[in-house]
Amino acid sequence: MTERDDRVLTSEVVTGTTPRQLNAEGGHGAVPMEGVPAEQSPLRAAARDWPLWEVFVRAKRGLSHVHVGSLHAPDATMAVRNARDLYTRRQEGVSIWVMPAEHITASSPDEKDAFFDPAADKIYRHPTFYSVPDGVEHL
Amino acid sequence: MSPTAPAHVPESGATPARADVSRYALRLGDDALISAQRMGEWIAAAPQLEEDVALGNIALDLLGQARALLSYAGQLEEQGQDEDDLAYFRDERDFLNAQIFELGNGDFGFTMARLLVTATYQHALYDRLQRSADEPLAAIAGKAVKEVDYHRDHATQWTLRLGDGTDESHRRMQQGFDDLWPYVSELFESDDLATGLASRGVAVDPSSLEEQVLGYVDEVLAEATLARPETVLRHTGGRRGIHSEQFGYLLAEMQHLARSHPGARW
Repeated sequence: MTERDDRVLTSEVVTGTTPRQLNAEGGHGAVPMEGVPAEQSPLRAAARDWPLWEVFVRAKRGLSHVHVGSLHAPDATMAVRNARDLYTRRQEGVSIWVMPAEHITASSPDEKDAFFDPAADKIYRHPTFYSVPDGVEHL
Repeated sequence: MSPTAPAHVPESGATPARADVSRYALRLGDDALISAQRMGEWIAAAPQLEEDVALGNIALDLLGQARALLSYAGQLEEQGQDEDDLAYFRDERDFLNAQIFELGNGDFGFTMARLLVTATYQHALYDRLQRSADEPLAAIAGKAVKEVDYHRDHATQWTLRLGDGTDESHRRMQQGFDDLWPYVSELFESDDLATGLASRGVAVDPSSLEEQVLGYVDEVLAEATLARPETVLRHTGGRRGIHSEQFGYLLAEMQHLARSHPGARW
């Protein structure tokens, strides 16, 4: 190994009794796929254990909180702080809500037809469908 | 700094020498600048992407404070150096930050231990400096106090979680404070410059902050099941331009580009 080689991504694989060094410089074909642990290091795995939180930000007083994205955090307190750093850096908000993503129950894409299509031909549900009779005040 | 700076003899009621105020602003500015540089080293190296962003935000807050303070320090000086001259073209002995700010980041525990102490110190300092008789200093402090309040909170949250977390996180957090502690007392050292300006209501006497700052840190340590370290070792000298070995490496990295390509612009 030259000194420069030490700085490229290397993996050491044991084939038989002879250690063999390969690196990523030769493209994917040079990266050994067998004998390389596939799981994350314990440290990375622990970091990935942080739950996902959904973030809602209220842009200003009088408006409602709007979903702006999600993030990872170890608990709710840190989630609010991470949300402050990630989603309100440019004065986007005056209030933040976070909630565990796992607590959201969502409609299923499979149910789209039954859920949403029946509303498509019911224009009388829009107020503009109705004309206001002459002489009605305060409407 | 010029070695011929006037002696710091307090003259009650008189306007403080511009060079004195400049030197005081330089101390605070260097604290912020060197903190920013260290905090920025965590970007892309923090435990999580979210923490990268948090530490990057903190670094940028500190850099903003440094720019304001160094610019002001430069304006007060006869030579009229700007913020870039002061950040990039001074040598090690001309930097006046306390040594605690320049120490290598160590692990995340050490970085959070340091941030807890330095942000608590800066918060107490700026909180009182808002009422400085020197208007520019008061204005800079008024903006900075809200920023360092958040830095202090961030470090508090992590100290609580890591101190009162797993066996390993507790051990490393305690180790962080143990390694840090010999550098804490320098923050509260007074000298003629500081007491002279403080007597005119311009500066905050660092020694007057110790009880408040350590009181807050003690509360956090207790809740985090950590102990305040006992130490007889006290490093000092930063305010006079004496720095640790690690500081040279920091300056080399921070100043390299500006010195290799003077006047370079984006």
